[in-house]
Amino acid sequence: MLTILFDGIAYGMLLFVLACGLSVTLGLMNFVNLAHGAFAMAGGYITLILVNRAGVPFSAGLAIAFVVTALIGVVLERTLYVHVYGKSPLDQVLFTIGLVFMSVAAVDYVMGSQQVFIQIPSALEGRFEIFGIGIGRYRLLIIVICGLLTLALQMTLSNTRFGSRLRASVDDARVARGLGINVNAVFTLTFAVGSGLAGLGGALGAEILGLDPTFPLKYMVYFLIVVTVGGTSSITGPFAASLVIGIADVAGKYYVPKFGAFVIYTIMIIVLILRPQGLFARAPGR
Amino acid sequence: MPSAPVAEVAHRLAMRARWRPLEYAFWLAALASVFLLPGRHLILTEIAWLALFALSLDLILGYAGIISLGHAAFFGLGSYLAALMAKYGIISEPVLALLVSGLCAAILGFATSFLVLRGSDLTRLMVTLGVALIMREIANQIPEITGGADGLQGVTVAPILGLFQFDIFGHVAYAYCLTVLFVLFLLARRIVYSPFGLSLRAVKGNPLRASAISISVNARLVAIYTFAAFYAGIAGALLAQTTAFASLDVFSFERSADLLLVLIIGGTGYLYGGLIGAVIFKLMQDWIANLTPQYWQFWIGLVLVLIVIVGRGRIGAWTAAAQAVAEPVTRRFARGPMAAAYPSSAGKAGEGMPGEGH
Repeated sequence: MLTILFDGIAYGMLLFVLACGLSVTLGLMNFVNLAHGAFAMAGGYITLILVNRAGVPFSAGLAIAFVVTALIGVVLERTLYVHVYGKSPLDQVLFTIGLVFMSVAAVDYVMGSQQVFIQIPSALEGRFEIFGIGIGRYRLLIIVICGLLTLALQMTLSNTRFGSRLRASVDDARVARGLGINVNAVFTLTFAVGSGLAGLGGALGAEILGLDPTFPLKYMVYFLIVVTVGGTSSITGPFAASLVIGIADVAGKYYVPKFGAFVIYTIMIIVLILRPQGLFARAPGR
Repeated sequence: MPSAPVAEVAHRLAMRARWRPLEYAFWLAALASVFLLPGRHLILTEIAWLALFALSLDLILGYAGIISLGHAAFFGLGSYLAALMAKYGIISEPVLALLVSGLCAAILGFATSFLVLRGSDLTRLMVTLGVALIMREIANQIPEITGGADGLQGVTVAPILGLFQFDIFGHVAYAYCLTVLFVLFLLARRIVYSPFGLSLRAVKGNPLRASAISISVNARLVAIYTFAAFYAGIAGALLAQTTAFASLDVFSFERSADLLLVLIIGGTGYLYGGLIGAVIFKLMQDWIANLTPQYWQFWIGLVLVLIVIVGRGRIGAWTAAAQAVAEPVTRRFARGPMAAAYPSSAGKAGEGMPGEGH
């Protein structure tokens, strides 16, 4: 029971790190980035190449995955995404679906279509028991890393100048511009960090979620659910949503395997029925 | 005796709904393909049901402005129902089975339409996607009925109307699909040019103002969503009947996404968009798949990205240009006694048709 809770929390934390970038970009620019999972996949494959083929230590692999994915994010944002911000949601959806298709086929071409695993250090394998709760070492690591990241994000948002600029831009981009905040620069930086976090999440999660070229399509729904259920105005909303969905998914697959995948879809539909306007609604005056 | 403005409005609407020479040419070409291209009937069959599927999406996207990422839910339901009815001989006659599949899809469309009514475009995307995923999961979880991941095999489809047996070259299948497409196209055309169709455009343009002129927005959206689901269900049933197979693939996200591409290539908001898009998409897919069988998805993605970067408006301009060429011809044909009475209306008859929705 508690083991499932533990696994669910690890899974939820991972989802949060994967999806928080998406939630911020959606809130900041009202931009539907269905290709967010492609960045996660990029991070996963970068770590795979570094760790499995080049023999780089796992921790260094994770750090490099973050940096490289963030760079890819900046380049794509400045060259491609910037053309699409002003367009209709339909255009944004078409554009990002196109990117997903391209990334899936390109990774398939370069890396092959089979599922791959990153070699994790042997110290992280296996599990131990505390008070009768089975705790996987790797999952514990995920919780620790993701927990620290969440704290760091929250601190950055609430206590730094950049954080207040970001919050101001999310609240009302036009007024923020009027106050002299360079919203575009804020957005590029946020996009980069969000992509980097997705890359880190993809690298960390390869062990649990699996990694193959269809990753962006498979998990796109999960990211979107996190964002829909959690809202886009803060990072605490998506955080809570990630934990709920992570725990519900793991528990659902364990207790009622027959209906495993229904659980989260049903949660999503119910939330959307109850709060259809509230989820993506903008604050008054925007 | 209606007053003069009413008569003029009625006249203009009638002018709008008039068949244009290009439309005759399109359907004559389709008819000719039955006799002139017997070797290509297999791919033409695919084009026909894809065109019907795209037409269905155009009804809600191009006319009512509802973005859907889960239109495959209705397609898949129709597909599985048609396959199941044929396999177990519940309704063995294909045309009747087609109607029943379409009606069941319409019921699902009606039930889920209330989810689509509220919320922004993003919420709609999520809800439609969620519905399609749930349908796929249901089909996946009851393998004893649907065959699960292996697909539903061992389907034998009875002769159409008890007369025409499906053959392996797809001759009968193509004629069958094309007939269904044509009949349903006529119906859609009738609806789109009716006052109901005009009210849908008003809703798409501005729901608030539409309701201010006493159009019941939600009722219209429910109606067209249900109707489009019916079309999608029939398209799915055509696929199942012509291939005698149904698999989980019919519910996939890629199918809904490809469908958007089909419609975008052809242009939204004028019924031929889905039809032309289906022809271009299938030929392109066939061509690319011959070049790189495994990675054709990459090129599909590239096309999507390019379309958005270049701008859908400019692509829509092609069809507008074609319309402009046809317009003088149309006007000459259209010049009747009424056109003489209202000389200004003839010139405006075709306006707003190709470019709308961009």
